[in-house]
Amino acid sequence: MSRPRLLLGAFLAALALGPAFLPEFYVTLLNYIGLYSLVALGLVLLTGVGGLTSFGQAAFVGLGAYATAYLTVAYGLSPWLTLFVGFALTGSVALLLGAITLRLSGHYLPLGTIAWGLSLYYLFGNLEFLGGQTGMTGVPGLSIFGFALDTGRKYYYLVWVLVIAAVFSVQNLLNSRPGRAIRSLRGGGVMAESFGVNTARLKIVIFVYAALLASLSGWLYAHLLRFVNPTPFSLNIGIEYLFMVVIGGARFVWGAVVGAGLLTILKEWLQGILPRIVGQAGEFETIVLGILLVLLLQRAREGLMPFFQRWVPPARWVNAPQSAAALPRRERPAPGETLLEARAARKQFGGLVAVNDLSFTMASGEILGLIGPNGAGKSTMFNLITGVLPLSGGEVHFRGARIDGLASRQIVRRGIARTFQHVHIRPTMTVVENVAIGAHLRGRKGVVAAALRRERAEEATLLHEARRQLERVGLGEHLYDQAGSLALGQQRILEIARALCADPVLLLLDEPAAGLRYREKQALADLLRRLKGEGMSVLLVEHDMDFVMNLVDRLVVMDFGEKIAQGLPRAIQSDPAVLEAYLGGVE
Amino acid sequence: MNFDIALLLAQDGLTNGAIYALMALALVLVFAVTRVIFVPQGEFVSYGALTLASLQLGKVPGTALLLICTGLVVLLIDGYGALRAGRLQRLPRIVLENLVLPLALAGLAWWVAPQKPALWIQVALALALVVPLGPMLYRLAFQPLQNASVLVLLIVAVAVHYAMTGLGLLFFGAEGSRTPAFSDAHFGVGTMSVSGQSLFVIGASIALIFALYLFFERTVYGKSLRATAVNRLGARLVGISTTLAGRLTFTLAAAIGAVSGILVAPITTIYYDSGFLVGLKGFVAGIIGGLVSYPVAAFGAVLVGLLESFSSFWASAFKEVIVFTLIIPVLLWRSLRARHLEEEEEE
Repeated sequence: MSRPRLLLGAFLAALALGPAFLPEFYVTLLNYIGLYSLVALGLVLLTGVGGLTSFGQAAFVGLGAYATAYLTVAYGLSPWLTLFVGFALTGSVALLLGAITLRLSGHYLPLGTIAWGLSLYYLFGNLEFLGGQTGMTGVPGLSIFGFALDTGRKYYYLVWVLVIAAVFSVQNLLNSRPGRAIRSLRGGGVMAESFGVNTARLKIVIFVYAALLASLSGWLYAHLLRFVNPTPFSLNIGIEYLFMVVIGGARFVWGAVVGAGLLTILKEWLQGILPRIVGQAGEFETIVLGILLVLLLQRAREGLMPFFQRWVPPARWVNAPQSAAALPRRERPAPGETLLEARAARKQFGGLVAVNDLSFTMASGEILGLIGPNGAGKSTMFNLITGVLPLSGGEVHFRGARIDGLASRQIVRRGIARTFQHVHIRPTMTVVENVAIGAHLRGRKGVVAAALRRERAEEATLLHEARRQLERVGLGEHLYDQAGSLALGQQRILEIARALCADPVLLLLDEPAAGLRYREKQALADLLRRLKGEGMSVLLVEHDMDFVMNLVDRLVVMDFGEKIAQGLPRAIQSDPAVLEAYLGGVE
Repeated sequence: MNFDIALLLAQDGLTNGAIYALMALALVLVFAVTRVIFVPQGEFVSYGALTLASLQLGKVPGTALLLICTGLVVLLIDGYGALRAGRLQRLPRIVLENLVLPLALAGLAWWVAPQKPALWIQVALALALVVPLGPMLYRLAFQPLQNASVLVLLIVAVAVHYAMTGLGLLFFGAEGSRTPAFSDAHFGVGTMSVSGQSLFVIGASIALIFALYLFFERTVYGKSLRATAVNRLGARLVGISTTLAGRLTFTLAAAIGAVSGILVAPITTIYYDSGFLVGLKGFVAGIIGGLVSYPVAAFGAVLVGLLESFSSFWASAFKEVIVFTLIIPVLLWRSLRARHLEEEEEE
């Protein structure tokens, strides 16, 4: 058995046997660690992986706790029913808040979470029917099939079974088709969108997922303590949840449990020792914890998990099978049919006209080169075709249908896939996972299936496809390397494999040969000719003239946003306008 | 509600709004120059108010000891750094700023406090004790992270808030304080009575805002801060030190916070953790201005102040709920107006 598995087995065994040996105090402490781990786990998904920072998770815990407390006390409902009422309530609130705040980029979201975290906290403390600041007593305990969980030791098993289940659900989710999309949210979302991921929707999904984990924690809390008051749902506790994740390592699923454990134990210890040192009662642990966190962020921003992983390298989760059922392919256009047509496409940034009424057409099966000096507007044109930027005027047609005005994720659906001038890869993901993002639209299993691991067959076909494309472009030896460890030229090739995974009929390559060595360029040219032989059409922006002239069928030359020439490579090479643009005219 | 009550509430709202405007001003300033969302801004309000309150009781404020301790930490770090780099010529200044100055100020407080001097001397002393904490805080928490992302800086800011609340409890104790009003005058305007204190707060806020305006428009330091806010790299290329800009900004923010604390101390009882809420309301105002616009932020502050005072009349229990929920429609409005910006985040 591998070392990580052995360690996991030992950890689970220790967890299972723990209550038999530990004194009551430690069982209680472990119960709390379990409750906090659930919330922290949601934050790993939301903040560490998804890049969305929330200080307001404590409020979601409060919603879960108050929902069950109120309904079981006032109406005598079964806690197993109120669990789902709590989910429904927390889920709807998260959906509403998410729809409003997740559209905002960067720092507005965390500020928003501080505000609604405070707002919900004051609401709990001021609603008469929730008992105000004094809270509600008499919350019933839990029992499973008549077996009462009436002591901390019995309750412990429920808590930790749920924690472990939640850990695995998040781990499963992250290692799946939607998981790869979630893990690519951080790079800004342009790449994910251009392979069909609805990033806005996905952000809301992980926000709700994290809120539901918090709600579950609240439900457990209410029935463990049999009492709720507003204090444990305050903003300060919300901040502590984020601290846990930062301490453990925000990118790591087990970091949630490590962080929750460390912070809880440290806080407990400090609460015992500090008032004695200071000589008065009070929450002095905040001083130590605050300073500790600042130091951690200055010195070890990844948290403590990387140190742990140096000692126990993590198991490899992803495995791309050598054979699997082939994915269905898109119907190909007939050779020679008009594929892409730009009609007076225009893009203005304020007073600057980056693309000035550019028109060109491209036939199916053709390799068309788009060249021009730096700043000619070539990459902008790419962004107009792929929907990354909206047009200021003109039209773009693809296979007879108008595509300007569509979002990137809708355009890729029609069979246009692209690479980027500045590579957009996820450096901490493996090469094969990066490439599998390209096949996002060729799978359909969602978050729930992924969390439950009910999508393995489809997953195998997607990963197999990624492997096949990687082998095709010559990166077959690097399947499980971290993408960030590849040379820049190889990263560009990776992007081509990823684009091929989308099963495109038109491939848009933005400077694919930059950073490649001579032999690698030849291999790339061979690959593109082979693709053309299979009926693929390629639109290419490139600076390397040797590479372009020997490869393309036709050229369009741009300068200052305008088309200055088009035609066969031979003719372009002697075109006076082109020579003037590149070499400067005679004054 | 009759007209008199409405006027009274409006007066209250405007007074608080003036304080929130100062908070929002400081927050916008700190964010623009250093990209730090300065959550601990409110702690300077508490520290300022409680320092003045101690002095009025004839006691040496806890800030004196806090200043000495913080100075010692900076002294150790910077002194060690200077020694290791072999730049001994830096040492005198480091010792002066972080050891001599705090000791001198603390000594002054120890000597002057029991004599209960005039109010303006107490105010000056309180400011002198609190304001140097600003640049020291920048040095310790934020300067090593100058190039970190906004989100990392925000989490650091929250951690600093967390630590400073605990330090406030340690150095000032859990009891709240309220200082006597600066002015007991009341003016009758029609049927309404306007308190001198309200006028004083509003007047002082406006004066401070005007002073800041002059600072940014007329002085080299003010202009270099503006340059840093517009373009950090560009500012560095023309010789403006990002570190200096950061320290200066934090000095200003600490000063604005402490002044706000001194202004608000006679109006409400201030505890070691009260500043946080005051600061957060400044945030709501700052966000209304998108964390970039000073005038819109000031307008937002007045709006927050009025909303707060009127909701305390109609639904006093839900005062905070209403004020902090205001941020949601504001964010919605901001998000609908926001152009699609792609922010490349760090890995």
